[in-house]
This record gives sequence, C-alpha cells and structure tokens, in this order.
Amino acid sequence: MTATYFLILALLTVSLFLVGRQRASSLAGAEPSSLHSLPSYHGMFLAALIALSMLLVYVLGAPLANRYVEAQALAGIDPATIADGLGRSAVFRDIHSILAGTYAGTASPELANAASAYSSAVSLTGWLLLIGGVALALAAAMMGFRLIGPQFRARNSVERLIKYVLLACSAIAVLTTIGIVFSVVFETIQFFTKVSPIDFLFGLQWSPQTAIRADQVGSSGAFGIVPLVVGTLLITVIAIAVAGPLGLFAAIYMAEYASPRTRAIVKPILEILAGVPTVVLGFFAALTVAPFIRGWGETFGLSVSSESALAAGLVMGMMIIPFVSSLSDDVINAVPQSLRDGSYAMGATKSETIKKVILPAALPGIVSAFMLAISRAVGETMIVVMAAGLAANLTFNPLEAVTTFTVQIKTILVGDQEFDSAKTLSAFALGFVLFFFTLVLNFIALQIVKRYREQYD
Amino acid sequence: MNMLSEVDVEKKLHNSSNQPAIKMKGENVSVFYGAKQALFEVSLDIREKEVTALIGPSGCGKSTFLRCLNRMNDTISICKITGNITLDERDIYDPKIDVVQLRARIGMVFQKPNPFPKSIFENVAYGPRIHGLVKSKSHLDEIVEKSLQRAGLFAEVKDRLHESGTGLSGGQQQRLCIARAIAVSPEVILMDEPCSALDPIATAKVEELIDELRQNYTIVIVTHSMQQAARVSQRTAMFHLGNIVEVGDTEMMFTSPTEKRTQDYITGRFG
Repeated sequence: MTATYFLILALLTVSLFLVGRQRASSLAGAEPSSLHSLPSYHGMFLAALIALSMLLVYVLGAPLANRYVEAQALAGIDPATIADGLGRSAVFRDIHSILAGTYAGTASPELANAASAYSSAVSLTGWLLLIGGVALALAAAMMGFRLIGPQFRARNSVERLIKYVLLACSAIAVLTTIGIVFSVVFETIQFFTKVSPIDFLFGLQWSPQTAIRADQVGSSGAFGIVPLVVGTLLITVIAIAVAGPLGLFAAIYMAEYASPRTRAIVKPILEILAGVPTVVLGFFAALTVAPFIRGWGETFGLSVSSESALAAGLVMGMMIIPFVSSLSDDVINAVPQSLRDGSYAMGATKSETIKKVILPAALPGIVSAFMLAISRAVGETMIVVMAAGLAANLTFNPLEAVTTFTVQIKTILVGDQEFDSAKTLSAFALGFVLFFFTLVLNFIALQIVKRYREQYD
Repeated sequence: MNMLSEVDVEKKLHNSSNQPAIKMKGENVSVFYGAKQALFEVSLDIREKEVTALIGPSGCGKSTFLRCLNRMNDTISICKITGNITLDERDIYDPKIDVVQLRARIGMVFQKPNPFPKSIFENVAYGPRIHGLVKSKSHLDEIVEKSLQRAGLFAEVKDRLHESGTGLSGGQQQRLCIARAIAVSPEVILMDEPCSALDPIATAKVEELIDELRQNYTIVIVTHSMQQAARVSQRTAMFHLGNIVEVGDTEMMFTSPTEKRTQDYITGRFG
C-alpha cells in the first residue's frame, strides 16, 4: 500500500507539473513576457503543493493508522499473552507468518481471527490514507490552480521552498552529528558511574577484563587510557612522518614540475591508494611489512615484536599519502600564476619560488590537508588491529606492539558481554574521547586555516 | 638628490648632442606559440635611461615582445623564439647566460599588482635575499627603505612595514611591486600595462614615479592608454598584428605620424 501511495504521489506530482505549466503558458498566450514567472515555475508550484500535502498526510496519518491496526489485531487476544512488548511482538510475528502462509502448524482460532482483523484493518487504513492524501492533494491543486495567473509570483514561492529544502538537508547533517554525540554521551556517563573519570583519564594500565562471576580470577579491570593515548599518538606520528613529507613532495612535483600529461596519469594512480580497503592494507602490513621490519631489526640485533607500531604506522602512512598529496596539489595549483610570474621576474629559481612564495601562500590548505590526514589516521582501525596488536603496552618504542582507541573499541564490542558491564561501557567512553580528540584537532585546523587565510589572500 | 638631477641634466644634454646609447636591441624577433606566430621579425632599439612605450591594439604582440626582453616567455613551454635580443650588446638568449642573473638586471612589473602574500618589508627584501645582495640586517633595512622611497611608497607604509602587502590599496600594491623590482638595482624595468588595474589618482602617481625612475633606469612600458604613452614616454613603438608599424620619438608619433595606421590608432579610429 505504501508503494502504491508513493507511486500515485509521483504520478500526481508530475501530471500537475505539466498541468500548471500548460495553464500558465495558455494564459500567457502569444505574449510570454506578460507572466511574472516562467510557466515551468507555475508547474513546479503546483507539483510542490501536491507532493507536500500528500507527504503531510502520510507523515501524520501513517503512525495513527499503525496504531489502529495494532489495536484491532490485539483486541481479540488474551491480555495476559500481550502484557509486555516481547509478547506483543511474538503475536505480530505469528500474524505476519499466517498472512504470508508460512505459519508452522495450525493457528489457534484466536490467532486466526487476529490475523484477519489485522489484514482488514491494514487494507482499510491503507485506502483511507490514500483517499485522504489524494483528496487533500487535489484540494491543494485546485487552490493552486486558481492562483495561477500573470501576476502570480510562482517563482518566488518555488525559490523559497527550495531554500527550505536546502536548509532541511543541512539540518539533517547537523542533527545526525548531535545524535551521534548523544548516543555516546549517555553510555559514557553510565560508564563513569562505575569507573572514576580520573582513573580513566590518567590511569597507566588498560586491561578491561571484569569478572563475570564473583569467583573468577585475574579479572580486576583497569581502565586507564594512557597506554591507548600513547599507542594512538605513536602510530599517528609515524604515519604522519611518512605521509607528510612524501605526500607534500609528491604534491609539489605534480603541481610544479610534472608535465600535464604526467600529472594526468600520476594523480589518479595516487588516488587509487586512498581507495584500497583498509583490510587489504592490513594484510599488507601484517604479512609483508611487519616481517620485513622484524627481519631488518634482527640484522641489527634489535628485538622487534612481530606486531609493531612501526609496521602499522608505516602502512597507515602509505594509506594517507593521497589525502595529503591530492589536497595539497589542489591548493598549490590554486596559487595564482601571477605570484609565480612575479617571483620568476625577480630572478628567483623554481625551487626558491616554491619555497618562498608558493608554499607560504598555499599553507592554509596544506595544513588542512595534514589535519584531515591526521584525523583519518587517528580513526583508522583495521590496519592497527592486524599489524599493531592488542597489547596495551605503555611504550614509546615503535618496535613494540601497541594498541589504539579504535582497536580497543572494536575488541571490546566484539564478543559476549553484558551490556551494562564496565567493560562494554568503556568502549563508549573511548569513543567519546576519540570523538573529542578529533573535534579538537579539527577545531585547531580551522583556526590555523582562518588565521593564515586572512594574511594570504 | 639635487646633485643627482644636475648630473642627470648634464648627461641628457650630453646625450642629446650625441646619439643616445642603446641599452637593449631586438633584431628580427619572431615568437611562436605552438603553431601560431605572434611576432613577425620585429626589430626595436631600447635607448638607455629613456621610457619606451609599446602601443597597439589588443593581441598585437606588444606584451609578447616585452616578455621576450627578460625571457619570461621561457616559462611557457610551447613558446619558441627566434631572432636576436641583446642587453649591452650581449645576446640574452645565449645558453651561457643565466636567466636568474638576467632577470636580476631586467626587472618587471605586471599588469595586475601581484605582491607576494608576505609583509611589505619581506616583499621588497625578497629580491635582495635571493640574489645574496645583503651583508647584514641593517644593510637590508637600508635597501628596503631606499627602494620604498624611490617607489614613493615609504611615507605611506613606514609604520606598517610588517603588515601584509596584500592589505594595501591597488595603487599602493603596484608601487610596492615597483619597489620590489628596483630593490635588486636592475638596469632595465619592464612594465606590462602597470596602470590598467588602477584608478586615475593611483595611475597619476605611478606615472609620476615612472618619470622619476627614468633618471636611473631604462624603462619599457606596454600601455593601452595613448595619453599615458604621450605623458611618460620619450619613444614610442606602434605594434599591429605582430609587426612594428612605426617607431619614433613620442612627440613625433603623436603629432605627425608617418603611417596612416598609427594615426588612426592614436586618434581612436581603430583598436
């Protein structure tokens, strides 16, 4: 029924668009300029009236209809079986399978009655909704149709509507962010009732195993995130140390030295690197890079664990090269040619021009490219899971195994745990800290960009 | 300053009695952008310490010729140049000539003011720094101050030398670019329509400046404004369709041109 409803909505919208346009152009006759708005704006005005009124009926009517259907279906059922939500949903599952003809065994008469009540209620409300929607739509169309005329400012109305549609789209993005924050915040607050925030933020040990049974041993549960902070920072620093220079120099080559043909080939290839799934990069880190580093370390007599921060950091660095290079390349290209000419005319060489004029001018964009890359590195999970290990070592030695926020969140939430245990809830607290961290990072980046943009423009 | 101008007056008198010295000389210069030829065997002498104006309708090749004089066309990969251009009787397209040194001797000012996104001080200090002309901080200060003074900008900006050069007005920016160009003490200054982005008052200031700079520098200026050519230049070359139609003393060109095309262009009948 829903599909039919929206099909009719679409049909009515399109046909009323045509009607409105036709009406407006026939009113205009031989003199199209006598209309205030172009005929298609009149059509769009009518179409918008139809679509909006039908959507309104659906949005308001559908929940009411649903409630009515449920009440009808449950009317004949023993109140005891539907006392709680679980019982009710069980009844509805049965009704659905009876209607689909997949019910195992024979249904009790009570259930069969409920099913037929359900189906008749569904079709009744469906028809009511459809009739109501179409009636309102046609009423709106009639009203709109009368408005159409040379003086009617259809364009202004349509453009105002477009503004609201655009507003709604950006509101959805903002509200989603707020929703994400709240979904994490509530669990985090719950976590902090079990573990003190001081212990969480400044504790030096991370071992989130809590005892499920009272007699279990070795599961004290320590929730100090310092080792995770150190591990995350260590890997991020390695990644940026790899991606920063490589990406920036690649960008400078592409923007300033490469011929247009080379650039047209090299740039897309570099960008492919950004599209490699991180799981695949994780294989590469764990199976190729990590053993290589271990072998290399052994030749120098260093002890390297088979999962190391260095391996994960290196591969993550490779992953974020395209973020740095592609964005930096764009901003370097955006530096006006007149600045280059000015510098060359002063007798500067190419490298002097790049160093002293182009890079300073492109700095805000380059900084934001770096920040984006850092955010990406901080939030990356798969490579670290596969290559850096799970051990929460508090170490600055890149040759040892470390762990990060994201890896711990993933590890905690995979597997069987009570949902209200400190261990599970700690994942949300970690997520919150991570979110906060990247937020601060973005804020700093924005400030830097803003500050330098005023100066370099 | 007085001393200088006296010397200069003497020099001028001296020059007018003799043939003026030739600073740069273009002979049979042709320029190709890919398959398209933009200049056809153009020859032009640039006299020392005079302002030479290049005039002509859009697309006539005057800017192209100007950009050959400091080899700025080198930065365009499809551009090919034939013929001969000399500076003090040395071929500037000689492979032995370092383009970096050449451009230190031949400065350039562009159509649109293009100060670097740096402070006013750093803009002027840019050239002396890259060419290693400074021995000490105080020496650099001196060069910057002198250049800004010569460009007639020092009084306006002396309290904000460390603010961004891009924050100046259009006319000030253009004078900053001139200060930047003269900070490396070039012998020749090329100007590619330096006033086309400026308002009349700023234009008047820049023109006044050009007239003063003539005492120390050889100047070649491309301009679309007939009045400007008449006001600031001593010699004028009229370009049309990649050729030089006529070259001569500015006064002559504007009062009694020999070519009909020059006359038509100057009086506004075409172009």
